[in-house]
Amino acid sequence: MSIRIFVPSDTTARSLGADQIATLIQAEALSRGIDITLVRNGSRGLLWLEPLIEIETDNGRLGFGPVTSNDVQTLFEQNFYLGQTQHTLCVGLVEQIPYLKNQQRLTFSRAGITDPLSLDDYLEHDGYTGLDNALIMTGQQIVDEVKTSGLRGRGGAAFPTGIKWQTVLDTPDEQKYIVCNADEGDSGTFADRLVMECDPFMLIEGMTIAGLAVGATQGYIYLRSEYPIAHQILTKATETAYQHGYLGSNIRGSQKHFNLEVRLGAGAYICGEETSLLDSLEGKRGLVRAKPPLPAIVGLFGKPTVVNNVLSLAAIPYILNKGGQAYADYGVGRSRGTMPIQLTGNVKYGGLVELAFGISLNKLMNDFGGGTRSGRPLKAVQVGGPLGAYLPENQWDTIIDYEAFSSEQAVLGHGGVVMFDDSVDMGDQARFAMEFCKVESCGKCTPCRIGSTRGVEVIDRIRAGERTESNWQLLEDLCETMVDGSLCAMGSMTPIPVQSVMKFFPDELRHERQE
Amino acid sequence: MKTPGQWQMKNVREIIQQLKEKPGALLPVLHAIQQYIGHIPDNVVPVIADEMLLTRAEVHGVISFYAHFHNHPTGQNIVEICRGEACQSVGCRQLEKHAKNTLNIDYQQTTDCGSITLEPVYCLGNCATGPSIRINDDIHGRVTPERFDELMENCRQHLQEAG
Ligand SMILES: Cc1cc2nc3c(=O)[nH]c(=O)nc-3n(C[C@H](O)[C@H](O)[C@H](O)COP(=O)(O)O)c2cc1C
Ligand code: SF4
Ligand code: FES
Repeated sequence: MSIRIFVPSDTTARSLGADQIATLIQAEALSRGIDITLVRNGSRGLLWLEPLIEIETDNGRLGFGPVTSNDVQTLFEQNFYLGQTQHTLCVGLVEQIPYLKNQQRLTFSRAGITDPLSLDDYLEHDGYTGLDNALIMTGQQIVDEVKTSGLRGRGGAAFPTGIKWQTVLDTPDEQKYIVCNADEGDSGTFADRLVMECDPFMLIEGMTIAGLAVGATQGYIYLRSEYPIAHQILTKATETAYQHGYLGSNIRGSQKHFNLEVRLGAGAYICGEETSLLDSLEGKRGLVRAKPPLPAIVGLFGKPTVVNNVLSLAAIPYILNKGGQAYADYGVGRSRGTMPIQLTGNVKYGGLVELAFGISLNKLMNDFGGGTRSGRPLKAVQVGGPLGAYLPENQWDTIIDYEAFSSEQAVLGHGGVVMFDDSVDMGDQARFAMEFCKVESCGKCTPCRIGSTRGVEVIDRIRAGERTESNWQLLEDLCETMVDGSLCAMGSMTPIPVQSVMKFFPDELRHERQE
Repeated sequence: MKTPGQWQMKNVREIIQQLKEKPGALLPVLHAIQQYIGHIPDNVVPVIADEMLLTRAEVHGVISFYAHFHNHPTGQNIVEICRGEACQSVGCRQLEKHAKNTLNIDYQQTTDCGSITLEPVYCLGNCATGPSIRINDDIHGRVTPERFDELMENCRQHLQEAG
């Protein structure tokens, strides 16, 4: 019988040589006359172990990682393909690895297990059961299920998804749209990418259910151009779904229709903001629109539109399969369900950790992350992307919960955790926050467009020791102006990382680090 | 990697005609043209405007808004270095300096031999295994200065093979 060997095909595995390893494994097996079936699976999200090669055995899948192309020869010499475990890279049965075993995977339950492009795999692993249920429900029933789940948008603003859908359902129109925000611009985040690269049918299913719920027959996935592999995989998966009647007209013989197209962005962070994204989808510069009207009422091409993050839509198949209550049973307070946390930056065991809300940041960074990659002391953590606060040590016991983060003047955002060791210069980080806003501002309003430029200048003066106290005061005022006077969160949240540095690391901002 | 070659305006027109009926077609059109030519030359702007019933200013405005679109020829390989915070925490600032020094160019510039154009990028979604760079459609993780040099050497060799 042919031996199944799995080599992940996601961006991270490939960025560390997975394609070359796959080729070498094929060649080595051929020259040794060993009958193997090579499967390009998704990633388990244990990214420090990538490329993580797995062998199917009677007891489950056995893992080897991180493999380099130099290891392929010795892996064969030590009969890894027969399930022999003596190779130094053997990590045992993959599902027994504590990092994975201790997670609560609802959204990422299939990631790494299946071949992302195999519809059969998807169906065998509970795929499309949510859609089957949705096809015999009314739109209102679907929306109610989503409300019961307590799901809040995972793109950053944490707005209740069910309420957004209700608005679109209640706004009558011939044409409505479902737009998936796959712009994932925040540094330190890759959960959307993993969904798209490891389980694309789940996203397609989630969007189809959203279409049924609100009465929309056209969907767009707005994907950032920085994700070429996600683009390839999504495009192929969409074609497959059309071929098998899961997209298009008369879905599964239901007389219901849903069309889906993948559109590429073009390298603008602001296009992750939903109204700027809609302008971009309409073929324009990505300028932010004033709200109201809400996109739910006047959205894409002026029509009622659901704009949801990838993770929000990817949670929908589970909710429609197991019921909203099953999802709501996880979590704390008003943060229901699970949050896929992304451990990144200077971290020993970086990767995706999906857990119910409520775990502390410290536990994530230490029990899962294993501390810093450099082995030096951890100094600061930026959570929630470039507009998120830098948290000093005394805030590391904050729990993963939207409200807990806001009470610390921090944001959970899309769940990216970026760890920094003590070699970081926090003054540099504050400056970068302003510089980033200067580069990425859409330019529509003054506090953001001009404020960020002035912000960089003032920080430079403070660091050069020029009239430090009055410039410090000026920076405080500038931050306030940006918070109060900006049209969107780009301008109003850029001060968050800056103010966190002013508050918790003032000395490093005052004095340029001498080395 | 791009294959350098001649392009023809009639093919550009054809690309536009194939895509222009899509709702909000301008970005797909620009992507397709850049894919075909390697950049979006100034003299195709009036053609796009004409075919799509837009003003030149509108088309130009869109091209200039997005970092991904180039209105001038780039090198054979586009090398993007991630500047995101997660990559900063593992040394991308040093990598950035090393790249500029060894290639002897700044961002948005092309090496004399024409093999490499250097660009900044803000996050490649490879943040657990940085520093990350992208060479055309390939992403590379944990890039040390030595690894960077090797990868650049590959880019140059490809150019020589291509003549
Ligand atoms: C500057 C800025 C950038 C944003 N970037 C993203 C992004 O990359 N992905 C995303 O899903 N939401 C992003 N958002 C949030 C969106 O505006 C919007 O809240 C989200 O798409 C709604 O979906 P959700 O309710 O499912 O989270 C961004 C917001 C701002 C202000
Ligand atoms: S705050 Fe900045 S990004 Fe947002 S609308 Fe104003 S200028 Fe544009
Ligand atoms: S910050 Fe560099 S890949 Fe995300």
